[in-house]
Amino acid sequence: MQWETVIGLEVHVQLATRSKIFSGASTAFGSEPNTQASAVDLGLPGSLPVLNEQAVAMAVQFGLAVHAGIPEVSVFDRKNYFYPDLPKGYQTSQMYHPIVGPGEVEITLDDEVTKRIRIHHAHLEEDAGKSLHEDFQGMTGIDLNRAGTPLLEIVSEPDMRSAREAAAYLKAIHSIVTYLGISDGNMAEGSMRCDVNVSVRPKGQEAFGTRAEIKNVNSFRFVERAIAFEVERQIELIEDGGEVVQETRLFDPERDETRSMRTKEEANDYRYFPCPDLLPVVLDQAYLDHLKGQLPELPADKRARFQNELGLSAYDANVLSASREMAEFFEEAHQVCGDAKQAANWVQGELSGALNRENLGVVQSPVSAQQLGQLIKRVVDGTINGKAAKEVFQALWNGQGRDADEVIEAKGLKQVTDTGAIEAMIDEVIAENPAQVAQYRDAEPDKRGKMIGYFVGQVMKASRGTANPQQVNGLLKEKLDALR
Amino acid sequence: MHNQTVTQLAAALKSGELSSREITAHYLQRIERLDGKLNSFISVTAEQALNGAEAADKARAAGDTHALAGIPLALKDIFCTKGVKTSCGSKMLDNFEAPYDATVVEKLSAAHTVSLGKTNMDEFAMGSSNENSHYGPVKNPWDLTAVPGGSSGGSAAAVAAGLVPAALGTDTGGSIRQPAAFCGITGLKPTYGRVSRFGMIAYASSLDQAGPMARSASDCAHLLNVIAGHDVRDSTCATRGVPDYTEQLNAPLSGLKIGLPKEYFGEGLNADVERAVREAVKVYESLGATVREVSLPHTHYAIPAYYVIAPAEASSNLSRYDGVRFGHRCEDPKDLIDLYTRTRAEGFGEEVKRRILIGTHTLSEGFFDAYYIKAQKVRRLIRQDFLDAFEDVDVLMGPAAPTTAFDLGAKKDPVSMYLQDIYTIAVNLAGIPGMSVPAGFVDGRPVGLQILGTHFAEAQLLNVAHQFQQATDWHLQRPALAEENA
Amino acid sequence: MALEESHVRRAAHLARLAISDDQAGRFVDDLSQILDMVDQLQQVNTDGVAPLAHPLDATQRLRADEVTDTNQRDEYQRCAPAVEDGLYLVPRVVE
Repeated sequence: MQWETVIGLEVHVQLATRSKIFSGASTAFGSEPNTQASAVDLGLPGSLPVLNEQAVAMAVQFGLAVHAGIPEVSVFDRKNYFYPDLPKGYQTSQMYHPIVGPGEVEITLDDEVTKRIRIHHAHLEEDAGKSLHEDFQGMTGIDLNRAGTPLLEIVSEPDMRSAREAAAYLKAIHSIVTYLGISDGNMAEGSMRCDVNVSVRPKGQEAFGTRAEIKNVNSFRFVERAIAFEVERQIELIEDGGEVVQETRLFDPERDETRSMRTKEEANDYRYFPCPDLLPVVLDQAYLDHLKGQLPELPADKRARFQNELGLSAYDANVLSASREMAEFFEEAHQVCGDAKQAANWVQGELSGALNRENLGVVQSPVSAQQLGQLIKRVVDGTINGKAAKEVFQALWNGQGRDADEVIEAKGLKQVTDTGAIEAMIDEVIAENPAQVAQYRDAEPDKRGKMIGYFVGQVMKASRGTANPQQVNGLLKEKLDALR
Repeated sequence: MHNQTVTQLAAALKSGELSSREITAHYLQRIERLDGKLNSFISVTAEQALNGAEAADKARAAGDTHALAGIPLALKDIFCTKGVKTSCGSKMLDNFEAPYDATVVEKLSAAHTVSLGKTNMDEFAMGSSNENSHYGPVKNPWDLTAVPGGSSGGSAAAVAAGLVPAALGTDTGGSIRQPAAFCGITGLKPTYGRVSRFGMIAYASSLDQAGPMARSASDCAHLLNVIAGHDVRDSTCATRGVPDYTEQLNAPLSGLKIGLPKEYFGEGLNADVERAVREAVKVYESLGATVREVSLPHTHYAIPAYYVIAPAEASSNLSRYDGVRFGHRCEDPKDLIDLYTRTRAEGFGEEVKRRILIGTHTLSEGFFDAYYIKAQKVRRLIRQDFLDAFEDVDVLMGPAAPTTAFDLGAKKDPVSMYLQDIYTIAVNLAGIPGMSVPAGFVDGRPVGLQILGTHFAEAQLLNVAHQFQQATDWHLQRPALAEENA
Repeated sequence: MALEESHVRRAAHLARLAISDDQAGRFVDDLSQILDMVDQLQQVNTDGVAPLAHPLDATQRLRADEVTDTNQRDEYQRCAPAVEDGLYLVPRVVE
């Protein structure tokens, strides 16, 4: 039987506010336990929540970025359950009237294939604290620093049909939230986490199969692997005559498998009801227009512009627009050098290679976009050749020299294009290599092409790489062929 | 001295006739000597009070013009007070010292009033007799075999007995007005949102409101001047400006339109209480007011709606008492569920458990729409009843409670206790302000006249109450206990 | 809507309240009485009436995104029943 996979994602994005969603405590990551847990975050008696305007603005910006409707009124509800990392015994969330209505995101699969994934809604809520399971005399330690960090939970429709689509969707969301600057998107620190709903159904069947929810998957790779495993598990189960049960599962990256999380857990009853400590949030059109006016160019628009206006390939446009930092670096370099294709090549080639080797992000690049742009400009205008350019890049990377011109000057890498000078070097090489010259002369004309490479190398060496290679090639051929 | 009103004491302080230290010491002595009979205080903070009194005297000498500087007050033990036990009448918080002051406490301190201590109350403000306190019941100063009402029973009894000139209470379904009525004092529940709830331990967040309990409307006006106003720490606190509530006190009442809701004079109302209330209304007529009957057709449904909404909010508000970060924790929990269930079983009393269970049940799957959503719809109808009535009349009047104070232990089943609040509870659902003022006695126990106004009409209510107190002396009557000298 | 003991037990479980068999019986009686009283709500025609969650028709005010609360861990943990290394301790949580 042919099976079809159906996937929906719930992505939790920690919003990059300075303070918490309902208190004035800092949201900074990695502080001493409970030093950033205020009375509100701890649920101390008498404490009350007050909503952070930035959390609202960020949620709305996301909504606008995914072309979602923003309802005039949204309401916070309480989700009631007991857990040690949930200090008040309820999570303040939005069940019935979320801040962001239905929207959609375009994902890119192959270079040319795109697909729209519908977003059901996105709502604001508070993050929980953390349980630390190291041994404290057989007890668990509770750190509530994270409690109250604003989260935007983005709930997709079950529109994805493969692990690859799910990963592409997650990347698209990541790209949007980082473009907007509403989250640092740091998955390792938990700034972005997702729950994956997976089911399978016979191809052609309309009704959905029973789904399993894989909780808290925290990397793009894990999403793909967790789904791959889960799909296989479900298909095998059904083909062996079994049935998928609706349950929550956990992905174990070490064993590369998902397993059931709650064996004896009874069905939850969260008793959602409107939070009486918070009033309805009312957003007017002027506010929405104001935020709309502040939206940056988003990844999809940038990708289109890179292709249509700068003439980049779909592939290049996709890679370069994936992160806002990368895109901005590329655009600045392009502005300086004026050659989009060259700039794209350099950013994706030499620069990305060097960054990856040293495990740096583009914002930490020792070579600035200005510097790279100028370097490329010198290649484009023929001041240096490609080989020298790589040397200049390395020098700039190592901090030797303020800019490309200074390095070119200091290292004498300026390309030699003076025919006389090149001819003089060629004459010298010919004179110094009589045996090779003789071989060349005696060879069949169709073999000569290969043999000329040796002489080009010698001339380039003699010029310390600065001779224009095309000129060297042409002049050498002329001279050697003229020898009798 | 202890039979004087806040207004009188403030004048004596201003003229230098009395010092805050003298006044404070006098009341502290009375508490020490007499509160054994009443049990109206959970904590008495004598040392802090005397220090505060000295500071207030110095401030006055240095030109502090706060009207209430140096006036001793008591706080219902529901208000967080930094470094002082804040128990909320519960074993759960018997060991809890709040790390901050409630906004009203801050405001009272800034005005240089002096807190004598924290008054007894029904546990988590759930009750109408003050018999639900972990610290034992409070007795009514007029008759020690009677309840003082609840949940602000300690504040009401302490003021009535002259242990303190005024106190703060809170009112979620009548918890200021009913004990004020039972103890023969004046109590005001302001409009929801008029006074900050920050630092006031929550029972039912959409209904809770703090207010003054004192010997006269004028005293209540002075206190409301201090505690009312916007607070950035409470999202539900109103932003509108605060008038001087003493300014309108003396406005004449000629032309005042009074409505008597017919539903407040029906079956269940004690005939003697009704007589006293109607006598009071006659006083108003003599002051130039006109009286007409009005109808609040959904009155009957206020208690049912309240006993869905309040327990629902309470069940959630009280989830934070889990033995992890503060408060009671059971001995040697064997696992997490044991920690939770035993801590909460030990820490909460019967009535609190009942309301948590009702609230949990009515919010749970399959019942939410039938109970909670239905109750909220009825809540809107109840509010609309009042808004409609205030189209025709300025204030509404009726009894604050169906009877005078009942005997301790008299109400055995929960529902008959709940029915005590039949005339007060709709007011909280609607969010409007209400007062109870002394209006006579039945068999030696006080009767309270309830006066209701539309949202933010506190100044008018205080005016209406004050004019009554200019024409009558019910509010000047004192129980024998208050006549005893310290 | 008749209240069964199972309802009370379920609510007690959700609310994390330990109740003995004896108490369960009493709560069934008390709560039944209360819910019978509450059931009067069903007599009210509420067609077309919107639920009212707050007595005033006010809307949420927003707070500027500023860090205003500084570390007060010691103060806050003074009233905590069990703390170690700044962490609140609870019986082992099994995930």
